[in-house]
Amino acid sequence: MNRIDQLFQNKGKDILSIYFPAGYPNLNDTVPNLQLLQDKGVDLVEIGIPFSDPLADGPVIQIAAKQSLDQGMSLKLLFQQLKEVRSTITIPLILMGYWNVVFKYGVDTFLLDCQSCGIDGVILPDLPLEEYEEEFKAKFEAHGVYNILLVTPQTTNQRLAKIEKATKGFLYMVSSSATTGGALEQSSEREDYFKKVASLDIPSLIGFGIHDKASFRHASGFSNGAIIGTAFIKALAGGTASEFIDSLL
Amino acid sequence: MMSKNKYAVNGRGYYGRFGGAYIPELLRANVDELRENYLKIINSEQFQKDYKRLLDNYVGRPTPLTKVENLSKRYGTNIYLKREDLTHTGAHKINNTIGQILIAKYMGKTRIIAETGAGQHGVATATVCALFGLECIVYMGALDIERQAPNVARMKMLGAKVVPAISGNQTLKDATNEAIRDWIANPNSFYLIGSVVGPHPYPDMVTRLQSIISEEIREQLTKETGNPNPDYVIACVGGGSNAAGAFYHYLDEEDVKLVAVEASGLGVGSGETAATITIGDVGFIHGSKTMLMQDEDGQITEPYSISAGLDYPGVGPLHAHLAETGRAQFLSVTDREALDAAMVLARSEGIIPALESAHALAALEQMTFDKDDVVVVNLSGRGDKDMETYMKNI
Ligand SMILES: Cc1ncc(COP(=O)(O)O)c(C=O)c1O
Repeated sequence: MNRIDQLFQNKGKDILSIYFPAGYPNLNDTVPNLQLLQDKGVDLVEIGIPFSDPLADGPVIQIAAKQSLDQGMSLKLLFQQLKEVRSTITIPLILMGYWNVVFKYGVDTFLLDCQSCGIDGVILPDLPLEEYEEEFKAKFEAHGVYNILLVTPQTTNQRLAKIEKATKGFLYMVSSSATTGGALEQSSEREDYFKKVASLDIPSLIGFGIHDKASFRHASGFSNGAIIGTAFIKALAGGTASEFIDSLL
Repeated sequence: MMSKNKYAVNGRGYYGRFGGAYIPELLRANVDELRENYLKIINSEQFQKDYKRLLDNYVGRPTPLTKVENLSKRYGTNIYLKREDLTHTGAHKINNTIGQILIAKYMGKTRIIAETGAGQHGVATATVCALFGLECIVYMGALDIERQAPNVARMKMLGAKVVPAISGNQTLKDATNEAIRDWIANPNSFYLIGSVVGPHPYPDMVTRLQSIISEEIREQLTKETGNPNPDYVIACVGGGSNAAGAFYHYLDEEDVKLVAVEASGLGVGSGETAATITIGDVGFIHGSKTMLMQDEDGQITEPYSISAGLDYPGVGPLHAHLAETGRAQFLSVTDREALDAAMVLARSEGIIPALESAHALAALEQMTFDKDDVVVVNLSGRGDKDMETYMKNI
C-alpha cells in the first residue's frame, strides 16, 4: 500500500506536512532535514525541487530555491541524496516541483528514480490535468507514483469534481488566492470553501499561509491536516527548525 | 478571410505540439475566464468598431508601406518597409494594448497588470490605461529600470505604477513572473501581456490583435503591385508578436516566404545570446510549451542581446511550430550586425529604426534576392528609445 494512503488510514486528523526545498539551507541538508522532521513526529514531507522560475511561490521560497540552486542543487543530485533514504525514513515522501525540470530530466527516468528511491507521490502544479491524463497517467501509475492535485477557492464545482476523481492520496487545498507565504485568510466564505472540499470522498490537506500552531489548528479543524512551507524555511534559515516543529505540536 | 487551418491554434491552445496552458491551478480560473470571453469579444461588432476607430484615430493606422529605393538598389531587389515605427508610442506594441484594454473593459476589469523589458510594452500599456482611466501596474526588472530610465519616466508621467521585480536576474523573465504572481493574488485584475507568449489564449489573442499588420500589407501591396502577396516577409522575433502580426495572413500562402530573425547577441555560440530557436530546446515557460533557453537541469537561463526587446529566453509557441514545420526560416543576427543595419537605414533612407527592428533589416545581408522579388520588412519600431545605445556604439 502507498505510504500516503496508509497515513490517512492510520491517522485521519491533525496531519502535519512540512515543505522545504532540496539542498537547503546547505547542499547536503536534504536527508538530515528529513531525519529531524521524522524524529519530531511530522507525518509527511514535501521536498521541493528548486526551479529558476517558481511562478506559484512567494519571495521566501523563491530566495530559498535560488540559494539551493546556487549551491549546486539539481534533480539529479536530489535523487543521489535520496538513494538510501528508505533505510532510515519511513514517513511518506512527496516531491514538489515545476514541470519544466521534470520534463527536461525525462519523465520515464524521473518516475523510475522516484520508484527506486521510495517516493510516494509528486505535486507538479503546472502540469495540467488534461495533459497528465492523456500523456502521463498510465506511466505514473505503473511506477506507483501518486499525482497529487491542487484546488483553490476559485476552482469551479465542475472542475472540483473532476480533480476529486483524478487526484491520488489526497487533495491539496490551497487556502487562498495568493502565492506561497501569504497570510491565512479567515472568513465565513473561506470556511465554506474548506467545508465543501472536506466533504468530498478524498482526504485533504490545507496549505498556503499556515505558519504557526494557531493557523495549523484552525486549518486542521476543517480538513485532515495542513502543510507548512514558508514558516519552516524561515526557521531553517534562522537555525530554529527543531524548536519551530516543537511549537506546532 | 482565408482559412488558417494548417497553422491555426487548436481548441486547447496548441500549434502542433507547442502551446497549451501549463499553469498552476491558482491561475486556472483567471485564464479560463479570459479564454471563454476573448473570441466572443473580438468577434463582436462593437469591439470591431471600437478597435478600428482607435487604431485609425489614436494609433495612427493604417501605417504606410514605404518602398525604400536606396535600400532596394543596395540589395538589387524591391524592398518595402511596414512602418510600425510611425504608430503612437513608436512601436507595434500599441496594436495589442489597444485591443486588450478594450477586452478588459468589456470584461469589467478596472485594474491592469503588465510586464515590460525595455519598457515599450509598459509605455503602450500605461498609455491605454491613461486613455481609459484604469489603474496600471507595470512590473519591470530592477536592472531594466536602471537601463531604461526614459521609458520608466514616460510610464510614470502616464500615471502607471512601476514595480521593480527583484527576483532572479531582475529582467523581463522575472518581471513576467512577478506580473503573474500579482494576477494570482488579484484574480479580478486583467493581465495585459506584451507578446505572443504565455498560456493559451494569450498567444492567439495577441496574434489576432497584431494581425492588422499583415491585413494592411495585403491591401497596400495590392494597390502597389497588383498582388497582395510578397515573395518575402521579414520580421524580428523577441516573444514574436510583430512577426506573428506580419506573418498572420500569409501563413497559408505557402509561396510567401516567412523569415524570422532572432537576436544572437555576441554570437550563437558565445553563451551571450537570445537566439532561442537556434540554440534552445523544448520546455515550458510562463505557461507555454515552446522552445526555450535552459541548462541541462531544466533551469531557464538568462538571454543576452543589445536590444532589450529581444532578450526573452522563450519564444511564442506559434513560432516554435513555424520553425519545426519549416514554414518560417529562422535567421539570427548579432549586436554588431544590427547596429550596422541601423546605420545603413538611417543614412540611406532617413529612418532611424528601433534596435529590435534593425535585426530584421540586418537579415537582408544574409539573403539573396531576384531583382523582381517583393520583400517586406516589418519595421516594428522607431529608434528614439535606443539613441543612447546608438551613440555609444556607432
Ligand atoms: C520595436 C520593437 N520591436 C520588437 C520587439 C520584440 O517583441 P515581439 O517579438 O513580441 O515583436 C519589441 C519589444 O519590446 C519592440 O519594442
